Amino acid sequence: MRRRTIFRNKLLPYLLLIPQLAVTIIFFFYPAAQALYQSMLFEDPFGLRTQFIWFENFQTVLSSPLYLEAARVTLVFSVAVTLGAMAPALLLAVMADQVIRGAAGYRTLIVWPYAIAPAVAAVLMLFIFHPTIGQVGQGLRALGVPWDYRIHGGQALFLVIFVSAWKQVSYNFLFFLAGLQSIPKTIVEAAAIDGASPARRFWTVVFPLLSPTTFFLLVVNIIYAFFDTFGVIHAQTQGGPGRATTTLMYRLYRDGWVNLDLGGSSAQSVLLMTAVIALTVIQFRYIERRVHY
Amino acid sequence: MRMRLFHRSLIAILAAILAFGTVAQAQPVEVEFWHGFTGALGEVLEGYVAEFNESQTDYQVNPSYKGSYADTMVAAIAAFRAGTAPHLVQMFEVGTATMMYAGGAIKPVYELFEETGVPFDPEIYIPAIAGYYSDPDGRLLSMPFNSSTPIMWVNLDALRAAGLDPATTPLETWADVRAAAKSVVDAGAAPCGVSFAWPSWTQYENFSAWHDVPLATLANGMEGLGTELAINSPLHVAHLQMLVDMQAEGSFTYGGRGSAADPLFSSGECSMLVASSGLLARILRESTFEWSARYMPYHAEAEGAPQNSIIGGASLWVMQAPDRTIEEYSAVAEFLNFISTLEMAERWHLDTGYLPIRFGVYEKLEAEGYYVENPGRAVPYQQLTLNPPTENSRGLRLGNMPEIRAMIYEEIELALQGQKTAQQALDTAVERGNVVLRNFQRTYE
Repeated sequence: MRRRTIFRNKLLPYLLLIPQLAVTIIFFFYPAAQALYQSMLFEDPFGLRTQFIWFENFQTVLSSPLYLEAARVTLVFSVAVTLGAMAPALLLAVMADQVIRGAAGYRTLIVWPYAIAPAVAAVLMLFIFHPTIGQVGQGLRALGVPWDYRIHGGQALFLVIFVSAWKQVSYNFLFFLAGLQSIPKTIVEAAAIDGASPARRFWTVVFPLLSPTTFFLLVVNIIYAFFDTFGVIHAQTQGGPGRATTTLMYRLYRDGWVNLDLGGSSAQSVLLMTAVIALTVIQFRYIERRVHY
Repeated sequence: MRMRLFHRSLIAILAAILAFGTVAQAQPVEVEFWHGFTGALGEVLEGYVAEFNESQTDYQVNPSYKGSYADTMVAAIAAFRAGTAPHLVQMFEVGTATMMYAGGAIKPVYELFEETGVPFDPEIYIPAIAGYYSDPDGRLLSMPFNSSTPIMWVNLDALRAAGLDPATTPLETWADVRAAAKSVVDAGAAPCGVSFAWPSWTQYENFSAWHDVPLATLANGMEGLGTELAINSPLHVAHLQMLVDMQAEGSFTYGGRGSAADPLFSSGECSMLVASSGLLARILRESTFEWSARYMPYHAEAEGAPQNSIIGGASLWVMQAPDRTIEEYSAVAEFLNFISTLEMAERWHLDTGYLPIRFGVYEKLEAEGYYVENPGRAVPYQQLTLNPPTENSRGLRLGNMPEIRAMIYEEIELALQGQKTAQQALDTAVERGNVVLRNFQRTYE
């Protein structure tokens, strides 16, 4: 007879779950429902005159060429930030894994950028890269590079990508390092004994075993690039110059807070939520299959 | 037994004293006042509020800084929707249309004074300012407070370093300014020749008034909700094209949106800056060179120029809330009365670069010789009242103006980046802006 553990108390599990469920309902489901409702209204900023207009807001948003432009910018931005945050983090983790002396010191220093608030990091980098008062900015101009992100859209986009990725490297580094350290040394040694070069060992043995971590970080980084990079963009370029750094998230903020078009902004947030949910579902369905647990 | 009785009576006596004490001292009526001032200006304003609070015990005004003008507006609207609107909020001039049409969210100032019985005379304000904040029947909707106008700040030391004598170098027209800026940059006297802050306010809204051309139809929106933008006229396009050319030759450097270009003057980076007269406080504190204030430049080809400039800055709006009492409104009315006396208007003008908004202040200071001792301080007022206002220079009343400004910023930047011609940029700005105006019209008709 196999012994099975049966939990006798029927009520206790639900009671234990209620706090978490309450938080999820109050801070996620309720605002999402509110956004869905507001996206079908046409109202003045004060909420004193509202008209129910079904899906007209969605129509207006999706047919606007500027929305598609923002979608394009967001795509470029997210891919660049994700790659720019994960690749250096992997490299640093691999190197930190092999270091023996001062390992704790390196790890501490690499983790520090994560503790900096996005707006603070943005202003910090602004001062470093500013064309006239920043060290790097002045240096670039002295070398003859026409560096001025207040006028050149491509440079502004590069700057916000750089700062957003820089901040996220620490987070990815921590997870990659933990992932690397959980790989049994015996497997890697066995590959070495079989005559595999370090690069071969890494790409055929270590990297596939790292795939759960990589998959997790991919999902987290994409969500970060979509939503949490707002602070950096707002502090540095405010979506400009022109519309070069206006991502979907930033456009949503502009329409909601500055332009006080709450219906249009809610419609955009519903679309963004749907897009990210779809993206995550796709990732779980297709990419997770290739993950070795 | 005795100790218990003693303890009980002691407690009873203490409770009685406390209760009596609480009842005897009436709590002052508290009023929340949200403003968008930082630094020197914030200190001056909060100083005035403290004076009001100390001068009497019935009312207490609690000032709080809620972020920039745009942030303060959004915060006030969000608070209203949550039922916790502040009593008094400082709203920038481009939010006027949105606040005016807000119906049940605001209490017009003339109504406030009528209902609370606090005496008030609306005729004390000069027409350029009263007209901006009144309804079509001439009744004051918000309380004017800090009104500025853009002028040109000039770094005299930089001009001299470039070999230009400030006393004889003409800086009246844009052609003059362009030539001087080019000399300054070529001589290496400053990295940037000329620039401007608040691009939409200085280069479109005030530009149109200064040159007596329409910014929008229907008297810049004053006469109806069916207004349309007119900033793609030949003069506007020529001006933007000139700026693009000036950037290419190095005499002009774009300083960014909003107030981003403000620090460029006092830091010495730009030798000339078209910016708010309210920048004075900062320039006095930070600049290390000799400077002067002048009228904004104009284009000599425009017949109507120079006409007069229009105001910027902000005014104070009274907001409604479900449980607001008449005592709270009385507190607000008394505070507004306090800061609008002749003495306070004069002090505000002297402590900051803002305009003297009441009749009598300018004349009094002129008679005292203040403007002779402090040249440049009279320039904003003189520019504002240079000529009697025409239809194009009374001010503007466009709905969702913050959104329209953002569009103008974007299109200017695209033209400066060379991605569009000046004509295309302004045509697009007009097209997009008109969509916003039609949406505003749809909300309120």
